[in-house]
Amino acid sequence: MTTVALKPATMAQALTRALRDAMAADPSVHVMGEDVGTLGGVFRITDGLAEEFGDDRCTDTPLAEAGILGTAVGMAMYGLRPVVEMQFDAFAYPAFEQLISHVSRMRNRTRGAMPLPLTIRIPYGGGIGGVEHHSDSSEAYYMATPGLHVVTPATVADAYGLLRAAIASDDPVVFLEPKRLYWSKDSWNPEEPDTVEPIGRAVVRRRGSSATLITYGPSVPVCLEAAEAAREEGWDLEVVDLRSLVPFDDETVTASVRRTGRAVVVHESTGFGGPGGEIAARVTERCFHHLEAPVLRIAGFDIPYPAPMLERHHLPGVDRILDAVGRLQWEVGGR
Amino acid sequence: MTVMEQRGAYRPTPPPAWQPRTDPAPLLPDALPYRVLGTEAAAEADPELLRRLYAQLVRGRRYNVQATALTKQGRLAVYPASTGQEACQVAAALVLEERDWLFPSYRDTLAVIARGVDPVETLTLLRGDWHTGYDPHAHRVAPLSTPLATQLPHAVGLAHAARLKGDDVVALAMIGDGGTSEGDFHEAMNFAAVWQAPVVFLVQNNGFAISVPLAKQTAAPSLAHKAVGYGMPGRLVDGNDAAAVHQVLAEAVRRAREGGGPTLVEAVTYRIDAHTNADDATRYRVDAEVEAWRAHDPILLLERELTERELLDEQGKKAAHEDAEAMAADLRARMNQDPELGTKDLFAHVYARPTTQLLEQEAQLQAELDAETAGPEGAGR
Repeated sequence: MTTVALKPATMAQALTRALRDAMAADPSVHVMGEDVGTLGGVFRITDGLAEEFGDDRCTDTPLAEAGILGTAVGMAMYGLRPVVEMQFDAFAYPAFEQLISHVSRMRNRTRGAMPLPLTIRIPYGGGIGGVEHHSDSSEAYYMATPGLHVVTPATVADAYGLLRAAIASDDPVVFLEPKRLYWSKDSWNPEEPDTVEPIGRAVVRRRGSSATLITYGPSVPVCLEAAEAAREEGWDLEVVDLRSLVPFDDETVTASVRRTGRAVVVHESTGFGGPGGEIAARVTERCFHHLEAPVLRIAGFDIPYPAPMLERHHLPGVDRILDAVGRLQWEVGGR
Repeated sequence: MTVMEQRGAYRPTPPPAWQPRTDPAPLLPDALPYRVLGTEAAAEADPELLRRLYAQLVRGRRYNVQATALTKQGRLAVYPASTGQEACQVAAALVLEERDWLFPSYRDTLAVIARGVDPVETLTLLRGDWHTGYDPHAHRVAPLSTPLATQLPHAVGLAHAARLKGDDVVALAMIGDGGTSEGDFHEAMNFAAVWQAPVVFLVQNNGFAISVPLAKQTAAPSLAHKAVGYGMPGRLVDGNDAAAVHQVLAEAVRRAREGGGPTLVEAVTYRIDAHTNADDATRYRVDAEVEAWRAHDPILLLERELTERELLDEQGKKAAHEDAEAMAADLRARMNQDPELGTKDLFAHVYARPTTQLLEQEAQLQAELDAETAGPEGAGR
């Protein structure tokens, strides 16, 4: 077995590489959005693509999200694979009608005759000190819409693999990029980045026996940190990274919770009507007789995303996660 | 000294980046809707085309009557008739080549059948057994769009994609007057003009958005004038004059195909029937107005022209009506059969591969259906 040298790389670099590789592999892949051309995107994810593939393959569009997504629908109808960039989470809302009324249901309304293979990249979530409308976690809206896949990477390797899988998918994929992880580095092999993660599989990031933290995207590193800190309390926490919110990997999640008997769902999005409610309900339905405690949720508060100087109070951090773990009825379960 | 007087006193230099864009004059629509029938221009119209338009108009009117009757019989949940607007519908379909694409709204079923789609398939949405009854690729007709104006950016994207691939394909997108107030109308027009996409936008101004008259819809001089702001030509045409609509659209299609970019065509017409059978048009308009438009009926206008020029005799008329009657009889017979509903379709086409969760739900429904079939004795509970 050869040992592959793993080099540190950022998630942003991996995303750029994924776009470039997808465009090189398939001439029908087109990148489009506001500022994606000459500027290379405000986060530089599309850096160099217009230069390498031309303006027709990496297109600066007029500033209009419904128009960007709506024209991408027509392009997909004609056999292209558009990859659309919505510049920030809250900027995607003007495109909601296109997304919900057309993108998500074109396959269904035509009995499979007109699938739409398009990817919608949306930088999402907080923690970067953005002003209002630049930090929303809007995943619950997308999850609630049948016909869309919703994925979000937490590692550099997943950023690459999942984006390649999203672009290759014959269905529309909402690809949520945790913007505060854009510049995070971890080990990745840029020489052989060909692994394409299948969409719809969660992964256990850390093995543990005391309780399961179920999380995704920007909250994964926070949960891993919490799991390390929890060792001091005598808790051995398992961390499940969902990677894909739709389809949802019940199997991996259920297996973990049945093993540990306790679960906390962690995400930045609001708790009320948020993804955590759905996840907690699914876990309870499938693991009730294995549970030692109710499934808890640690989420953002039920408030509009706060101003940057206050966001640290809103975002689920290590202390809040550990506090929840502490409330998991340890005295009853006796673990 | 007033501000205006001060302005007149000196000539300011423009800011550094300012340059004149384009001359708006060639983009402006005519003052009155363009007409062919009953004018000198009619002499130049191709007789064969006029006959084809006539046959399709008669067929279209018969379809409108038949579909309205099917609504009254409960065979259709709803039918938004295009009675009086047949000229726009037929011209939109006949002006396109086979490789071109049509993007209809929910009222444009006639254009869809004139394009060659099976009339029964155009009614599946309105019958309620499935959404889009036809394969959009088979006739290059996009699904009937119920949300307003949202299909226009699709037309722009498709036309743009075709041009990128080197195909000389044109997309024609249809919309009503009310739809021009939607944001997607604006975004589609703007994208089309910026990309110089080979698209033709056909606005059927039929006077009302359900009950709201055009005067409460827009303050623009005409809907065709809206084109100028995007940098594309706007054309105003009599929407009941099939020859004129065809000619104006043909010019726009030719321009688009030759790389000249998009055109906005406003066809001035009138919705003779109510918005749908669920609407009471007497609440918002007077009979005299409807009667005036009945006198300007698209079939009458064309029939008069054809008869005067001896291009149509009684036998020709009879043949057109017989063809329409046969279509209606076939439509009636097939629509009166109960459709076969496929419950598997509920889950099969949400994703390329159904998720585990959908497979579970499908099994649940199947169990419910099996229990129903078995009856109360066989249910075993």
